[in-house]
Parts: sequence; C-alpha cells; structure tokens
Amino acid sequence: MSAPFARLPRWADYGLVPVINLFVAFLVAGVVVLLVGENPLEAAGILVKGAFGSGQNIAYTLYYATNFIFTGLAVAVAFHCGLFNIGGEGQAYIAGLGVALVSLGFDSVLPWWLTFPLAILTAAAMGAAWAFIPAYLQAKRGSHIVITTIMFNFIAASVMVYLLVGPLKPASSMAPQTRDFLDGAQLPKLGWLLEAVGLSVRSAPLNVSFLLALLMAWVVWVLIWRTKLGYEMRTFGFSPKAARYAGISEARIIVVAMLISGALAGMMALNPIMGDQHHMTLDFVAGAGFVGIAVALMGRSHPAGIVPAAILFGMLYQGGAELAFEMPNISRDMIVIIQGLVILFAGALEHMFRPAIQTIFASISPRSMGVPAPKGKGA
Amino acid sequence: MVDALVQLLDATIRVSVPLLLACLAGLYSERAGIFDIGLEGKMLAGAFAGASAAAVSGSAWVGLLVAILTAVFLALVHGFASITHRGNQIVSGVAINFIAAGSTIILGQAWFQQGGRTPPLSGPARFEPIILPGADALRDVPVLGIIYSELLSGHSLLVYVAFLMVPVTWWVLFRTRFGLRLRAVGENPAAVDTAGISVTWLRYRAVILTGVLTGAAGAYLAVAQNAGFVKDMTAGKGYIALAALIFAKWKPVPAMYACLLFGFLDAASIRFQGAEWPLVGRVPVQLINALPFILTVILLAGFIGKAIPPRAGGVPYVKER
Repeated sequence: MSAPFARLPRWADYGLVPVINLFVAFLVAGVVVLLVGENPLEAAGILVKGAFGSGQNIAYTLYYATNFIFTGLAVAVAFHCGLFNIGGEGQAYIAGLGVALVSLGFDSVLPWWLTFPLAILTAAAMGAAWAFIPAYLQAKRGSHIVITTIMFNFIAASVMVYLLVGPLKPASSMAPQTRDFLDGAQLPKLGWLLEAVGLSVRSAPLNVSFLLALLMAWVVWVLIWRTKLGYEMRTFGFSPKAARYAGISEARIIVVAMLISGALAGMMALNPIMGDQHHMTLDFVAGAGFVGIAVALMGRSHPAGIVPAAILFGMLYQGGAELAFEMPNISRDMIVIIQGLVILFAGALEHMFRPAIQTIFASISPRSMGVPAPKGKGA
Repeated sequence: MVDALVQLLDATIRVSVPLLLACLAGLYSERAGIFDIGLEGKMLAGAFAGASAAAVSGSAWVGLLVAILTAVFLALVHGFASITHRGNQIVSGVAINFIAAGSTIILGQAWFQQGGRTPPLSGPARFEPIILPGADALRDVPVLGIIYSELLSGHSLLVYVAFLMVPVTWWVLFRTRFGLRLRAVGENPAAVDTAGISVTWLRYRAVILTGVLTGAAGAYLAVAQNAGFVKDMTAGKGYIALAALIFAKWKPVPAMYACLLFGFLDAASIRFQGAEWPLVGRVPVQLINALPFILTVILLAGFIGKAIPPRAGGVPYVKER
C-alpha cells in the first residue's frame, strides 16, 4: 500500500469507480431483498416501472428528485470547503417555518409569482441562519461541526414540534399542521411539460421548484468553479494550511460556505410545502436532508453528478412506493437501507476497489496510467 | 415526598442505562481515535437482533448474545471502512445508522408481520428484575428502606452490569497496559507504531469493544426495559450518548454523571409533563427534550469548560508513504 495511487483516466475516475461502488451497494441491497424472501430482479423491475412507467410516475420521481437536488447541493458545497454538514435536515425544517410564515402572511394578498420569490428568500435566510451558529462555533471556537449540526437537527425538531402543536396550529384543528394556504401560496404544477410530449400526469405534484432546483445546480457550478469565492472554498477544503498562506480568512470562508449550504438546504422546504401539500406538516422534510449526503457522495459533489444522483433517489422513492404495493414485505424503508449502502460504498469505502481497478488498467494499457510503464509505478 | 423523589430517580436509572452503555461504548472507540456517530445504529440493530433472537429462542441470554454479535458486526464494518480502508469515519457512521434504521424495519416486518414489532417477550425471554437480598424486609425502614428496596433493588441484571462497567472502564483505560496503548493510539498513533505495536489491531479491538457495549445497550432496551422491539426504538439515544460523551470530556466517571443528568431530564420531562412551575409557568416538554442537545452545544462553544477530543480522532492512520 505504500506505492502512491497511480492516476486513472478521467472517465474511469469519475465514471467507472462510482458506477462500480454503486453496483456493489445495489448488490448488497439485493441480498437484503433475498433475506426478505422476494426476488431482487423482479423487485428492481417493479421499481423501475414504478418510477418511469407512466407520466404520473415520472412526475412523482422528479418531484422527489427536486428535494434531493437541493439537499445534495447543500452537502456538496460544504464538502468542497472541507466541512460535513449533517444538519441539512434541521436547516430545511426550520426554513419550512419561513416558507409557512410568508405563505400564511401573503397568500391572500399577493399572486404566487410574488409570494414565491419572497418565500425563496425567507427559506434561504432561515436555512442559512440555522447553519450559522454551528458554522460560527466551528470557525471561532473549534467546535466540531458534525456534532453541532447533529445537535441542531434535534433542536430544530423540538422547536418545530412546539410550534406546530401550539402557535401555528389553527384553533379549530386537531392535526399538528398549519391552515391550508390560499391560491397565492400554491406553486403552479409543471405537468404540462410532460403532457406536451403526450404523457398524462394527473395530480402529480411536480412544480416550479424543480426548475429552481436546476437553476441552483447551475448557480452552484458557477459558484464553485467560476468565482473567486468558490476557488477559495475549494482551496480551503483541499488544504486549510495552503489557504491560510494564500491569505484566505479561515473563519470567513467556513461561515460563508455554511451559510450557502444552509440556504440551499432551506430551499428544499419550498417544494413539499408550497408545491404539494399547501400547508406545513410535522416532519415534512422526511429524511431528505440525510438523502442529500448520499446524493452528494454519489454525485461526487459536482452538480452534473448531483442532478442524476438526485433523480436516481427520486426514482427509488417513487418506485419504492409502488414496490411496497406489489411486494408487501418490502416497504419504503428499503430506500433507507439503499441510502445507507450507497453512503457506505460510495463514501466511506470509496477507495476499496480503486487499487484493483488501477491494477487492471495498468495491465491492459500501461500508457493510460499516465506514468511510464517499465518503471513499474502502477498500483 | 421521598416516595416521589425515589420514583423519579428510579426512572432516571432505567432510562440512563442505555445511554451509559452506549456512551462507554463510544468512549473506547473515540479514545482509540475512531469517531463513531454510528452508536445509534449499532444500538438499534442490537435491540432488533436481541429481541428477535429472544423471541425465537425463548431465552434472554441468547438475545443478549445475538444483540452483541450483530452490533460487533456493524462495528467491524465501521472498522473495515475507517481503519483498513481509511475512509471518512463520519460518513461510515452515518451509513451504519441508515443501514440499521432501514433493515430493522424491513426484516422485522418480513419475519414477524407485526408492523415492525417483534413478538412480545415474557418469562425467561426477558431479563427479569433482580431483588437484592433483604429488600422486602427492609422496605419499612424510613427513608433508607425505600431507597434500598426501590432505587437499588429490583433492576434487571444489565442495569447493574452497566454501572459496574464504569469502574471497569476506568480501570481498563487508566490502569492496564492495553488502556495506556488505547489512549496513546488516539493521541499519537505514530508513537505507538514506533514502539512496535500494531495501530490497526489496537483500533480494531477498540471498535469491537464498542460493538459489545452498544449491543448490550440494545439488548437492554428490547429485552430488559421493554418486552420486545418497536421500530426506531432508540429514538436518538445514540446521539444523546454521543453528547454525553463530549459532555464528560471522554472520561468514564463523568460519562456516568452526564448520562444520569440526561436520563434525569428525560425522566423528569415525562413525569412533569404539563406541570406548572413557580415563576416560569409551564415549561414546554419539547424544551426539556432538546436540553441535552442545547447543553452540549453550549459546552462545545466553550462556555462550560472546554471539551478537547482525542488528538488523532477522526484521522486515519497512514503508516508510511
């Protein structure tokens, strides 16, 4: 193991290795399906059909993917700065409060295209604010951001339960949720996009926040790879020491990166609250903040990887619902396992297969290694 | 008054035990330089495996054994990723939490068809309370009698084991050669390596101990405190244990006090739900539930002393390049 890792060609580094990791994750998931007494191939077939079989299914898949694009981008931005933001769940939850307050306040006065930008700003601000304290503590006090963001997830959950069973609940209702929003805070559906190509979407909740998510993916790409700030963040993530020598303020870059991360996680709240349910319920985030970790790891923290990874998880969510219908032994919690396996194999065990792949590459085509073959510098 | 207080403290002990076991589990791992946020997942998997095995075999001991084996297996996965493959320890811990959360529900539903529950346990399939000698005879002695018979007596075996583990852990860590090396590997693995001791093997032993204790914590939850597994029954206890570990600054005896404090908050929040207090009025139960987390953040911010983690924590050891 003391030989330095030889370089793989870019396509293998960014394509082959993640695909192999993913494949192994799904293989292990297949074993779990076997343990439950079902046929994994059949299950996979039902899952894919459930996700893409009809216009409505596709619309649902993209609806779930919207959540994961936001949270995946949030985790990725923090990753680039060398920070692990586990707090996406709590940031999105608290941001929901902002979305709900804007919606409740303006839904009878403003049209949706004015409420929406207001809600975007509030959601981003609230998400960022919830990320600010852990960021500040990491930057100024050296408190480990992983621990503080975990703690803030729990604190957020307590705050929201308190608000939803108390102040935010209409007096006439028993359910812990806000009142239904009027038209002014309901986002238009995007069904017509799919109907234009001849698919029927019925009541699927795909809405304009999907476009916002795609826009944000582009914005994150510009930010990370085309701006000075992004360069500073990547420098700090790559080597905090080098960043310090280059005159980059450690505290500033940590706080800024976490604010952006929190803002992105916060925008996730728009999709379920204004786009689908039209009220805020308890636990509307439903783990999307954590799925973001898997999505970011799978997409290698690049928007071009995150969007497909998010769609894959959207597919698992939507297809998983159909699967639970067909195979009663498999519920949607199967996705939680797959999510865990993806995080394990694409994240923690990222380099497990790399030496083997490098050996294979070196033996097939020594020139592709980018190092002279005769010197035997392959892995 | 004494009665109510004893009852409250009794409840405190009961809810503190899983925290304490998980917290000591984390102590071994983190002292050896392996961060473990997968305590929650290992405890959950242990609880499920323990309850399933106890239900099938009818023996609480088999349940405990299977719970420990399951948690050790997950601990070894964590070790494989973070020691052998030098993966990110946080990422690996997160993964284990998800794998445990998902598979306990899926397998529970598939095997027992009771909505993620395991069949209710009774008789020898559970750890029964142990009545200490003379507990009934001394019950009528004022104050001390009730403390002995209610507070100290009448807990299951695992409760006594958990509290016994505190001095044992202290002794292992601070009075044995293994403990010295374990602490050294968490502070400066290169020095341990130079002395000719395997960093890898030491760290693996630490994560195995973590597995054993989290498994016991899970077994306590499902086979002793409750009569079976219900889905997501750890409900964040692994994270509270992690908070307690930080609160205790990675030391065994303070860890016990931290767990008792967080357990007391939990027990009190259930008991005084909706009670009116002088001056402050009604304290929302959510505030009390969030208190362990808030306290830990305040501690981490450096307002209550300073929590300094083991120096090599979270950093994979690279022997040489």
